[in-house]
Amino acid sequence: MDFITKLLAATIAMGTSLTFATIGEIYTEKTGVLNLGMEGTMLMGALTAFASTLASGSLYVGLVVAMLTGGMLSLIHAFLCVTMRANQVVSGLAITMFGTGLANFLGQRLGPVSNNYNLVGMNLPKKFDNIAIPLLKDIPVLGAFFDVSILTYLLYLIIPFAWFFMYKTKHGLAIRAVGESPKTAAAMGLSVSRLRYLYTIIGGMFAGLGGACLSLSFTPSWNDGMTGGKGWIVIALVIFATWNPGKAVIGTLVFGGITSLQFSLQAAGIKMVIPTQFLAFAPYLITFFTLSVMTILNQNRKGAFASPSALGSSFAIDDK
Amino acid sequence: MRVVVEKRDTRSKRMAILIPLVSFIVSLMLGAIVLIASKSNPLQAYGAMLNGAFGNARRFQYTIVESLPLLMCGLGVGIAFRLKFWNIGAEGQYVWGAIGITWVMQFWRFLPVPMLLPVGLAVGMTLGALWAGVPGFLKAQWSVDETLTTLMLNYVAIGLAEYLYINKWKAPLGNMGTPEFPREAWLPQIWGKVHAGIFIALALVVLLWFLLYKTRWGFELNMIGKNPKAARYQGVSIKRNIVLAMILSGAICGLSGSVNTAAIAHRLTKGVNAGYGFTGIIIAWMSGLNPFASILVAVVMAALTTGADALQIAMKLPESMGEVLQGLVLIPLLAGSIFVEHKLKFIKKEAA
Repeated sequence: MDFITKLLAATIAMGTSLTFATIGEIYTEKTGVLNLGMEGTMLMGALTAFASTLASGSLYVGLVVAMLTGGMLSLIHAFLCVTMRANQVVSGLAITMFGTGLANFLGQRLGPVSNNYNLVGMNLPKKFDNIAIPLLKDIPVLGAFFDVSILTYLLYLIIPFAWFFMYKTKHGLAIRAVGESPKTAAAMGLSVSRLRYLYTIIGGMFAGLGGACLSLSFTPSWNDGMTGGKGWIVIALVIFATWNPGKAVIGTLVFGGITSLQFSLQAAGIKMVIPTQFLAFAPYLITFFTLSVMTILNQNRKGAFASPSALGSSFAIDDK
Repeated sequence: MRVVVEKRDTRSKRMAILIPLVSFIVSLMLGAIVLIASKSNPLQAYGAMLNGAFGNARRFQYTIVESLPLLMCGLGVGIAFRLKFWNIGAEGQYVWGAIGITWVMQFWRFLPVPMLLPVGLAVGMTLGALWAGVPGFLKAQWSVDETLTTLMLNYVAIGLAEYLYINKWKAPLGNMGTPEFPREAWLPQIWGKVHAGIFIALALVVLLWFLLYKTRWGFELNMIGKNPKAARYQGVSIKRNIVLAMILSGAICGLSGSVNTAAIAHRLTKGVNAGYGFTGIIIAWMSGLNPFASILVAVVMAALTTGADALQIAMKLPESMGEVLQGLVLIPLLAGSIFVEHKLKFIKKEAA
């Protein structure tokens, strides 16, 4: 029992970062923009959050700076893909390359003189600590959900809101229309470009926040490439959640659980039947099968599968 | 006055040359801002990078060696890109190439030693082709999104390779990695660090140029990419060609992995997923899918990496500056790409 509780706690801690970024990317992709720049954006978020918290002494300054950084990187992506109609795959890879490079570069430049300008090895004066809710935290196993950082509590509010906003509001309908059929949306009087800009930037801000969760709470420190491929897991999670922000949390619990399991089993000294590397790539394999099987099953039911039809393609009114 | 983006009747050749040049200069200027902000002299830094990439024979050789896997992966994904098939699985296909040749070198010892290298290259190529063929088939048969499937499969391949060199195939002595290949089966070096893989890469350039520009099949691929409807009316099978192009694409990326492993690491070990596959996508796109242009692009991108290594030694700047510059080259290039097929039209507002 203790093992499961610990595993769940670790899963939630890791899943918080993933879920923020996943919800952001879902909104971006729903408008028809594929942002493969997640890995670089999250890493820049982690770096700027850490550096600005260290400089200002305030964790909240760190969060805000990370969100602004994420938004700015995604603004570049939006400008390239929406205004300049550039290839979304190449643009996303460019953002990841640039973001990863710049974060690792700045990580060795923004530190204090005493540490040779390096941020690696620096400690934060404080971090987002877990806050336990009395009584609720004593529920067996599930109590782990009520002994988390303020970031996770924030997420508990954001998940239902993100779902409601997407599926129950007029604005959410506009988002889906733009990603599904930009031509029709434009004919209805919606501004395709404006919505794509807006949600690409918001998606980037969430990715920055996801990065900040890592460097301010999960592992409060800075290390080169500390996101370690989480940005790519996010791309997988979006598919796994079938582009539904409400389902994003299921994916993060499964994926986060698989990842945490590797560490928990190692820590508990349990001899493994399945090699750790298999657990590491399991999320990607599961996503591959989910995507393939669901697409095949939905062959004859148009629109039943939730992938936005216009995902990855640029749009211009004069296009024929 | 209003500005309108209008489609050109034909691709502008002038723009296709001008934009990369201007982009490169813009990216150097943007990079200079990063360098100045970190209290370094940009001219001195770029000088150190140039010197580090091409300064003497040994450095030049190192840059060439670095450019070969980029070139080959770029050529590989370029074939799929012709069909507007977004194969971003080059990284995984490359890793399968490395796994394939290691498998042959380690376990196919019933073969005479001189046979190990050619058989290993062939097996690596085949595994890469199969790994790419699966998403190709899924796309052709059921239109499963290829960008996402190929991306996911990368991490499966990388995880498998890790499992092999950390657990299953690990050398009994030493830390991580499989046993070294027999020395006689290494890909020989022909000029300092430059290995015989350069012949394979250059032969591929010529071969693909011929295939894509001079044969009926190349013509069909082009037609599918540009106008799938017209292709279908002409009786071209899109499904068959998607699978074929993906298999060829994966084979070349796989070969790239086998060649590099046989020439440099001589075993499967950490660093097999060095990102050549991902950069290869960028090479293909930057070269406009032209095999000959890929050579130049691959050398420039490799020089940014090798130059950045030198930057770290000469000026104590983090080597990640190379990645920053690689990303920065792309941003203005992506922004400018619209002008190859579009032009700006200025419309004077008429009095109402």
